[in-house]
Amino acid sequence: MSGSTLLKETGPREVFCGLTSIVWLHRRMPDAFFLVVGSRTCAHLIQSAAGVMIFAEPRFGTAILEERDLAGLADAHEELDRVVKNLLKRRPEIRTLFLVGSCPSEVIKIDLSRAAERLNSQFNGQVTVLNYSGSGIETTFTQGEDGALKALVPLLPSSKEEQLLLVGTLANPVEDRLKTIFKRLGIQKIESFPPRQSTQLPSIGPGTKVLLVQPYLTDTARELKNRGAEILQAPFPLGIDGSRLWIEAAANAFKVNQSLVESTLSPLILRAKKALKPYAEKLSGKKLFLLPESQLEIPLARFLNNECGMELIEVGVPYLNREMMQSELELLPDSTRIVEGQHVEKQLDRVRDSNPDLVVCGMGLANPLEAEGISTKWSIEMVFSPIHGIDQASDLAELFARPLHRHNILNPKTLETA
Amino acid sequence: MELTLWTYEGPPHIGAMRIASSMKGVHYVLHAPQGDTYADLLFTMIERRGTRPPVTYTTFQARDLGGDTAELVKGHIHEAVERFKPEALLVGESCTAELIQDQPGSLAKGLGLDLPIVGLELPAYSKKENWGAAETLYQLVRGLLKDIPQETLKQSKTSWKDEGRRPRVNLLGPSLLGFRCRDDVLEIQKILGEHGIDINVIAPLGASPADITRLPKADVNICLYPEIAESTCIWLERNFNIPFTKTIPIGVKATHEFLDELHELLGLELSSSINQNNQSKLPWYSKSVDSNYLTGKRVFIFGDGTHVLAAARIAKEELGFEVVGMGTYSREMARKVRSAAKEHEIEALITNDYLEVEEAIKESAPELVLGTQMERHSAKRLGIPCAVISTPMHVQDVPARYSPQMGWEGANVIFDDWVHPLMMGLEEHLIGMFRHDFEFTDGHQSHLGHLGGHSSTNEVSSQNAPIQELSNKIDSQKALHWTKEGESELAKIPFFVRGKVRRNTEIYAREAGCTEINGETLLDAKAHFAK
Repeated sequence: MSGSTLLKETGPREVFCGLTSIVWLHRRMPDAFFLVVGSRTCAHLIQSAAGVMIFAEPRFGTAILEERDLAGLADAHEELDRVVKNLLKRRPEIRTLFLVGSCPSEVIKIDLSRAAERLNSQFNGQVTVLNYSGSGIETTFTQGEDGALKALVPLLPSSKEEQLLLVGTLANPVEDRLKTIFKRLGIQKIESFPPRQSTQLPSIGPGTKVLLVQPYLTDTARELKNRGAEILQAPFPLGIDGSRLWIEAAANAFKVNQSLVESTLSPLILRAKKALKPYAEKLSGKKLFLLPESQLEIPLARFLNNECGMELIEVGVPYLNREMMQSELELLPDSTRIVEGQHVEKQLDRVRDSNPDLVVCGMGLANPLEAEGISTKWSIEMVFSPIHGIDQASDLAELFARPLHRHNILNPKTLETA
Repeated sequence: MELTLWTYEGPPHIGAMRIASSMKGVHYVLHAPQGDTYADLLFTMIERRGTRPPVTYTTFQARDLGGDTAELVKGHIHEAVERFKPEALLVGESCTAELIQDQPGSLAKGLGLDLPIVGLELPAYSKKENWGAAETLYQLVRGLLKDIPQETLKQSKTSWKDEGRRPRVNLLGPSLLGFRCRDDVLEIQKILGEHGIDINVIAPLGASPADITRLPKADVNICLYPEIAESTCIWLERNFNIPFTKTIPIGVKATHEFLDELHELLGLELSSSINQNNQSKLPWYSKSVDSNYLTGKRVFIFGDGTHVLAAARIAKEELGFEVVGMGTYSREMARKVRSAAKEHEIEALITNDYLEVEEAIKESAPELVLGTQMERHSAKRLGIPCAVISTPMHVQDVPARYSPQMGWEGANVIFDDWVHPLMMGLEEHLIGMFRHDFEFTDGHQSHLGHLGGHSSTNEVSSQNAPIQELSNKIDSQKALHWTKEGESELAKIPFFVRGKVRRNTEIYAREAGCTEINGETLLDAKAHFAK
């Protein structure tokens, strides 16, 4: 497809499960609470990831299944009702409660969607109870956000009003910035999904044009389409080119005058190119190997190759939605090796054999690879950094230049010989 | 179902991973769904290790559940053994795999592999991390040693003398993701060396299966972390007649006792020239006049059994604090913690419910919390200074610098770390005298380098609210009313003891049968509760 080689690999995988999405979603919507129904493993996962921060008021928790739940001695639904009541007693200010499914709850098939419905009618008005799955057997890392947003879609008010909807988590300043740019293009109504407050959901309907901010929103996009919205085809807003094409897709849909687009974007592009230059020089010619993690790998590889001159050895993705990635794949250089899925041991053999300058990988592998003398960029950071838009292109490049730069600072000798 | 905001321990397979990762030459095949590899981060990020944990996960997905997951396990076992060539293999399940019951342990034994295999039965829905670690260590030691003829190895107390060598001991219990195990081992090893005692094997931290087979060659086992190693020590005592120490050398006095006990077990004379009090600086620091203001500071202690018992003793006998609450999440240690609490005339709190611990802290209104990473959350909410003394911990408690808790140097570290969060003496005096400062406001701690003040007012009110609730609960018919003047008298009480004074005053008012509290009532109460 589009000149790239698409391979599939199966075997042991080293990725997060979808529960991890809670780690950023709880900050995006501070009035929501995420209650995992699962085991102690699930509880341990989230607190290991987020527990380094100190919470006066926890924003997530786990209803840990006990033996009596497994043996069917306790009615799962009664138990859940009790737990939710206790939780809401402690945290009456919660407005939206997500019941998050896990591997154990999926394997023994606790019907959380029915539980959510029932609880909704009980707490009628005070709190909205929703359900999505973040289990490892079904979801990988960012797919958890897809589940959470999909669960919110039925709650969006209907409207035929013409509007632009930006879908996927954005950092607040990036969100504001992108809205400012779209306003300059004369697009009046721009909303974001997810919103900053879980109760302030944007409307949706036939007048809505959707730009996906993130590549991992397969199910959410489908649901939005089912509500009448039009999903615009575009690459993702990473780097200058991706962001320009992404903005232009909306401009075309809203029939914005081509010259207005040109005059609005060209100063931004000029400035971004200037800011990007020093990082692109550092990255140019460097060999890059990306391991599967978040589905951001293909847009990142596209940016790092096309705009920073990096050479792509392998682009690993946990999941590939060919249709949604179409615009991205077209921008990738010919014969790019894309691997969907993973056999982590064999993939690490390929990493070692190909002698890359930079490996984008998860934190379970980053320090061990560093100890082998291989520079790494831990991939989670891209989900926690403001990287979208033309103005952020240099910041995005800096994330990848930083480990190489750091290596040079700490090892001045290699700098001389390099 | 159990509502859990924070869990004190991970699932038991994390304990098994701790044993495998602490050792060399041991590999662990873990039947687990995709995503459970998050556990690798505990070792690569929190312990900051430069190697991958020796764990092969089967990482099954939903689509595998339709197929043969047992075949999947077998394939991973073969691959792991071939690729990593371990000396011994652990095989077990995570919580989700436990539900589908593929019996990976027995599968592994049926594969005809030529290495010791330990099948682990770790019930994920009833047991937890430390139990998992203890069970794994026990099964591994038992598995590797059960065929060694016991008679030939039976030792006597004086066999080291008969053989004309220095006595040698095993250090059992230290592991990765334990609290400061790395430096505790160094400190104890150093102290033992000074007493002419050699180390035979340290396990699990750094040991290989071959090292485990040398365990019976020691004269005494030192059980540094009973949560991990007690079951193993008991088994070694029963089967190889090796006695083990029961005192944990955390704190100056405990270290003395530990040395006495060990010398007794070895039949060794305690050399009086080295065993002096000035080995640690804690006694002098604590005796010096600057520490006077520490007297009677109210402290709440929570954590694993071992560290709580040690901390309570240090707090009372070596720092002069008053222990107003103590408890543990280690149910196996409940009895010991209860009897220690009795000595402090308090009731021990045995729970793994974070909310219950938070409630107990609120109620005892301490000036310092010594707890786990989880207590830092409650302490933040209540605005109480806090230091971490036990796991669960996070990355800041695996520091680069030498930071033991055990032995002489451990006591030095403890003195610094526990006193640091408290307001320094001079500042405490001045805030008690002058309340109208624009910089050094109520609740401000300038040695911690941030601007306090306005946030502390929130903390005060959040601290008051639950206490108010509580008093309402106790006596709903007779509502207590603080007069304006009473409140202003209360505001004069230094920040950290204010919660306690409010509580005492209300108790006093209720006893005295008054419904209105004014400044005089507060002073009456103060006199009433004076000791």
